[in-house]
Amino acid sequence: MIPFDVHRVRQDFPILQETVHGKPLIYFDNGASSQKPHQVIDRIRHYYEKEHSNVHRGVHHLSAKATEAYEAARKTVADFIGATTEEIVFTKGTTDAINTVAFSFGETLKPGDEILITGMEHHSNIVPWQMLCERKSCVLKVLPVLENGTLDLSKLDQFLTEKTKLFSFVHVSNTLGTVNPAKELISKAHSVGAKVLLDAAQSIQHMPINVQELDCDFLTFSGHKVFAPTGIGVLYGKKELMESLPPYQGGGDMIEYVTFEKTTYNTMPLKFEAGTPNISGVIALGEALNYLNSLDLQGAFQHEEALGKYLRSHMREIPKVRFIGEAPETCSTLSFLVGDLHPFDLGTLLDQQGIAVRTGHHCTQPLMQQYNIPGTVRASLAFYNTHEEIDRFIAALNRSIQLLS
Amino acid sequence: MNKSINELQDEVIEEFALFDDWMEKYEYIIDLGKDLPLIEEAKKTEDRLIHGCQSRVWVEAEVLDDRMCFTADSEAIITKGIISLLIRVLSNQTPENIVKSELYFIGKIGLQEHLSPTRANGLVGMINRLKSEAIKQLAK
Repeated sequence: MIPFDVHRVRQDFPILQETVHGKPLIYFDNGASSQKPHQVIDRIRHYYEKEHSNVHRGVHHLSAKATEAYEAARKTVADFIGATTEEIVFTKGTTDAINTVAFSFGETLKPGDEILITGMEHHSNIVPWQMLCERKSCVLKVLPVLENGTLDLSKLDQFLTEKTKLFSFVHVSNTLGTVNPAKELISKAHSVGAKVLLDAAQSIQHMPINVQELDCDFLTFSGHKVFAPTGIGVLYGKKELMESLPPYQGGGDMIEYVTFEKTTYNTMPLKFEAGTPNISGVIALGEALNYLNSLDLQGAFQHEEALGKYLRSHMREIPKVRFIGEAPETCSTLSFLVGDLHPFDLGTLLDQQGIAVRTGHHCTQPLMQQYNIPGTVRASLAFYNTHEEIDRFIAALNRSIQLLS
Repeated sequence: MNKSINELQDEVIEEFALFDDWMEKYEYIIDLGKDLPLIEEAKKTEDRLIHGCQSRVWVEAEVLDDRMCFTADSEAIITKGIISLLIRVLSNQTPENIVKSELYFIGKIGLQEHLSPTRANGLVGMINRLKSEAIKQLAK
């Protein structure tokens, strides 16, 4: 395998060669969505030019070909996270995956049962549970976050009790960059009989994920944050558990036999894939993971970690910079504020200099309320970013601060 | 004699034509933002708030001698600068003229990217609010 070389890898991502406002694009908004290598883009084109038909349907050549490619992608996804193909359900994204669990697992809950989440969850890991709690008269509990952006583990025993039926938490915070101690939390939850959903939307692209090692019951992630297209995501669920749950949506493909009196359902994973799926998205997701497998991924992750450290250390040199989230374990995502400057102003001036960052509440409004801030500026890196880009970002940030002060 | 909306728009366009690069342009917008008179805290109420902005924006509309007067405020200085341009063009005009005005200056001075609804700075929301305040007056 060729050792990781960022300049070679960048050639795979056409959009990284673009200019914005006449300046070379610096894309530091990977937490919102990652860019796509040409391998993925080409794969979509190839699919529609040579393989497209509906899956799991016809006896004809194209249908067989599309089904083969679709199911091969499922195998790639399963292998990538250490699961079996029966445990991989394709969804629209993380939000859709969490909603699937909130409905289907939610159907097994009784009034008074508790769902535990944390204070650093994305809205997608808050609202589905609120809706479930309303529907089933369950209780939503929230494990607090400390000022430094880590979970208040001293309160874990107070919040995680035998009443807790599900602990759903984020592996890596999209706002704070905090890496939560997933394995420890999962085993704690299991010790009180709770199931665990791990939201891996912000971790799958930054670290090796193995569901057997983690022992989570459900795991969710989005394709578009891991170099695949939008509109495709994954719900992993332990086979026995998923088989015991009622389906989420009804329709074609998820059935075994339909009469007007009664319908029996398909087996896993098709039981949870009602209707014609996002076939090209699935195949492209498989291609994105194949692409990652073709890289020196360990080298890529090391490069990213070095970038994260480099960014943090240079940011500390800027006067009045305040990090939102200073957990000892972070990934290459950094949220910050500068004095009393509004994130929107900084984001606008950085954009003028060709730099894409995210500004705002990052879909974590309760967390913003806790810190009593309107939002943050967030730089979130990927392995295709470079040290030179960080240098240019720091210079552009300094220039923006100067203009605004 | 009051200048018309289009005369004011053309003035703004002329001013912006003097700038060589984005920095000069934004420096000017930031200065405009700093000079915009503030709305008093007590008036920053929910009904004056424009939703859909990344930074909160409040707009206050009054009528003096059949002409609309706008004051506005925002947490973000660039947003304030852009509002101040809008107010300069639309304030002190009749409701009729505001409603039928076509704000071409935004595109001409290179701020069209702020018009995208996904931009979340709410420029579109601001324009809609100023116009809907004028429509309200006409309906009275």
